This record gives sequence, C-alpha cells and structure tokens, in this order.
Amino acid sequence: MNEADIKQAGDELYNALVNRTTLRPLTERYPDITIKDAYHVSLRMNERRIEAGERIIGKKIGVTSKAVQNMLNVHQPDFGFLTDKMAYSQGQEMPISELMIQPKAEGEIAFVLKNDLLGPGITNADVLAATDFVIPCFEIVDSRIENWQIKIEDTVADNASCGLFVLGDTAVSPLDVDLTSCGMVVEKNGAIISTGAGAAALGSPVNCVTWLANTLGEFGIPLKAGEVILSGSLVPLEPVKAGDFMSVSIGGIGSASVRFV
Amino acid sequence: MSDNNLNQEQIAAAAAHLEQAELEAYEVTKLTDDYPEMTYKDAFDIQWEIRRRKEARGNKIVGLKMGLTSWAKMAQMGVEHPCYGFLADYFAVSDGGEIKTDELIHPKIEAEIAFVTKKALKGPGVTIADALAATDFVLPAVEVIDSRYKDFKFDLKSVIADNSSSTRFITGGQMQRVENVDLKNFGVVMEINGEVIATGAGAAVLGHPAASVAMLANMFGERGEEIPAGTFIMTGGITAAVQCQKGDNFSVRYQGLGTVTGRFV
Repeated sequence: MNEADIKQAGDELYNALVNRTTLRPLTERYPDITIKDAYHVSLRMNERRIEAGERIIGKKIGVTSKAVQNMLNVHQPDFGFLTDKMAYSQGQEMPISELMIQPKAEGEIAFVLKNDLLGPGITNADVLAATDFVIPCFEIVDSRIENWQIKIEDTVADNASCGLFVLGDTAVSPLDVDLTSCGMVVEKNGAIISTGAGAAALGSPVNCVTWLANTLGEFGIPLKAGEVILSGSLVPLEPVKAGDFMSVSIGGIGSASVRFV
Repeated sequence: MSDNNLNQEQIAAAAAHLEQAELEAYEVTKLTDDYPEMTYKDAFDIQWEIRRRKEARGNKIVGLKMGLTSWAKMAQMGVEHPCYGFLADYFAVSDGGEIKTDELIHPKIEAEIAFVTKKALKGPGVTIADALAATDFVLPAVEVIDSRYKDFKFDLKSVIADNSSSTRFITGGQMQRVENVDLKNFGVVMEINGEVIATGAGAAVLGHPAASVAMLANMFGERGEEIPAGTFIMTGGITAAVQCQKGDNFSVRYQGLGTVTGRFV
C-alpha cells in the first residue's frame, strides 16, 4: 500500500467507527497488504481519534486464545491502542446500541504497569517486574469490517477490533496470584456461559504482554508506566445486545460486570 | 424413580455383559439397543449389579463419581440430570503413574475436583451448604473415562448402566479445606505432551462443584442409600474430556491445589 492508500483506509475506518458502518475487508481491496501496512492504517485511524480529542491510555493484545483464533480463523495475535473514551467503570451502563456495530464480549486480565517496557528482548520476568497490579476486565470488541470477515491484516488495521472496556474494582499484585492457573467464570444474564483459565491466552497472560512489548518494540513503541494493557480473552467471544448483563470473575483476582444499553 | 421393565435375570445378564466388556476391553453396542424398554431404574440396577459383582469378587469400592455435570452436556443429551458411578480399588493410579492403555478401549481424560466427606449425606433435600459442611477436604483429580460403547456413543440410560464410563483415576497435588479454595472460580489447565489443550474453572461443574456432591446425595436418596462419612467423590469434568493414546503424558495444574500428572503406556 502506498501512503495515500494508507491514509484513505485509515480515514475510512475512522468514519466507519464514528458512523457505525462497516467496510469490505481491506485484504480484499489491497490483496498485497502487509502487517506493517495494516499497522500504519491503524496509526492513521488513531491519529483521527486523537485529533478528535481522545487520549491513548493503554494497549491491547487480541486473538490470543485457541477458541478465538479458531472462531475468527486468524492464527496469530493482534494489537491495538486503548483511548480514554473506551474506558467504562464497574457497574456503569455501556451504550452499545449507540456506539457499536457488532459487539462481542471477552473476559480478560488487565495489567497496569509501573515501569516502561520497550522490546525487543523483554522477558516474562521483565513484565512481572514492571507490573503494578492486575485487574479483571471485560473488553467489548467490535469490527468495522463487514460480518467480522477479518484476516490478521484487517484486524490490525482496525485497531485490533477494539471497542470499549470495563475494569473491575479489585486490583491484585502479580505476586499474589498464579496468572497461569487462575480460573475465569463468565456469566450472561445470570447463566454461566463459559469458563477458562489464564493459560488459555498463549499459555499465560504474562506471555501475551511479553509478546506485545516485543512486537511493538519492532515499531519503536514502548508500553508505558501507568498504561492499561489488556492481555487477551480467556474464553470464547460472546455476542451481546442492549439489555444484556454480564459478569466475569477470576480466581484470586476479583470480578467485573457490565450492563449493556 | 421409575419402575423396572427388566426382570432380575435380564439385569444380571446385562451387568455381566457390560462388566465383561470392561474387564476384557472390548466395545459393545449400547444397551438400549438390546433392551429398548429399559427404564432409569433398570439402568441403575444394572450398575449396582456390576458393583455387587466386583465386591463379591473381593474388590473394594473406594469412591463415587458424578458424570455429565456440565449444563452444556446435559442440554446436548436432552437430560435434566447428571449421572453417577462407583470407583473400584483397581481404578486408582498413583500421581505420576502409568495408565495401561491396552487395558482400556478408547480412554479420555477429564480434570476434576474431588471431595472427601467427614459426615454422612442422605438425600432428599441435601443442599450445597450441607455438602460443604460435610466435606473434610478437597483435592485435585484426573478421571480417565472409557465408555464400553462403540465410538463413545450412548444415551443416558446406557451410560448409567455402564457405570457412567468409569475406569481409572489419579489424585494428587495438594489437599485443601473448602474454606481455603474459591471452588467456583479456581482454574484448571490441562496440558498433554506439553501443550495446553483445555482450561476451565470450577463453575463448569453445575455452577459449583459442591452442587454436584449435593445432587449425588439426592440421587442416592432416591434409592434409599446414603453416602457414608469418609467417601471420596469426584464431582465431574471441569474441562472437556480429551482423548489420549499410548505414549501421551499429561499434566494438569489446579489453582491453589498443585498438579496431577500421568502417562499412557
């Protein structure tokens, strides 16, 4: 893709986000698109968000679990940026009918950092040392691509299908929880719909943050102290609509819940 | 509970038929094909007859198990109840031990949490609170299941008669008092040959594993039986059941409860 294509695609994705419309997959229009191109498209899309007054507060890694990889037929992780406008608090209503197109909920563990991490060469020990605390999280992903027909380049371009997220209200030091074996229980409208454990995301949520630090390091981008890092879903994606209520609880960490309107 | 449609001779013959298949590791067609008129009472009577045969031969019954305890599995089978089975002494394999694949037909493994009781439980009317109050401790377990039915295909009556596919089990890791474990949220990670194959959390078992113990007590109560103090009870799969072959090794990690390992030889 040339610079004009990248700008064009980034603008179209931004407009789709704002107007709640969808595009045909970029991989269809630009069959030779690379992940690097896609990343530059996402930068353009995020530039538009920042111009509109949003602020980057963290990063996310997605497509980390086998369940999600199989569902999307995308077999490597993706990454995106979180802005202040995406963040909701525990118990707050989330207006998905106003803001989202084809939302799906994921239960995750969020990391909040106390030190910067700049790859390459970041190890799990570096990530644990740089982690202030972990916190339960619901990420509501959304795709600006028609019917979620995404390949890896489509989702990277579309800011890793990022939508909105809710953080729970209990924070735990990584010293106090086994992040690989901690269990996750997701309930929708009072029924348990899925369970999983930390290892569902690339073997451990810590592996995910390490992968993200090293991958973004290739673009010279650090994970920064104070940022929220969403480490990827531990359960299958669940489509949601206005009126649904969901909660997630994580063994040894706590819970988060969200009401969709 | 329903009445019997099979007579004593038929029940004894069905029990002998299924136990033979277990002991000699061969497949049979599902029992409801042979006895389409069989009732749930018949199915449980056949299981209890298999149990009696083993005890008469000198085997000791060392525990109980629940099966089909996930809501998804029950909905899939169109049944409202899980099923139970018994564990004989020779089913036990030590932690890190060997499972002799040739003694089995098409084994699968499931990660579970097991309870050991300190008080008798007798249904009907046993609640989760009663089950927790009667629990001495919990410990992690891996169950090896092995339906005697061709291709692991069966209906609920057939599987009940077949001792709910019970065959081997391994316990290990660390025991804990129930008050020290978040039984709904504790996580489980199953690795086979070093690869993460399945994950889950306690709530996968009827919403809470103690609900499985309560339900077992209530199902026993329907037959006028009680679960004695000191009973070892496996509560049902937290993960999906995963097929294993000779040469596979597995390691299951339980949040706060250590690991359980074994090998198929």
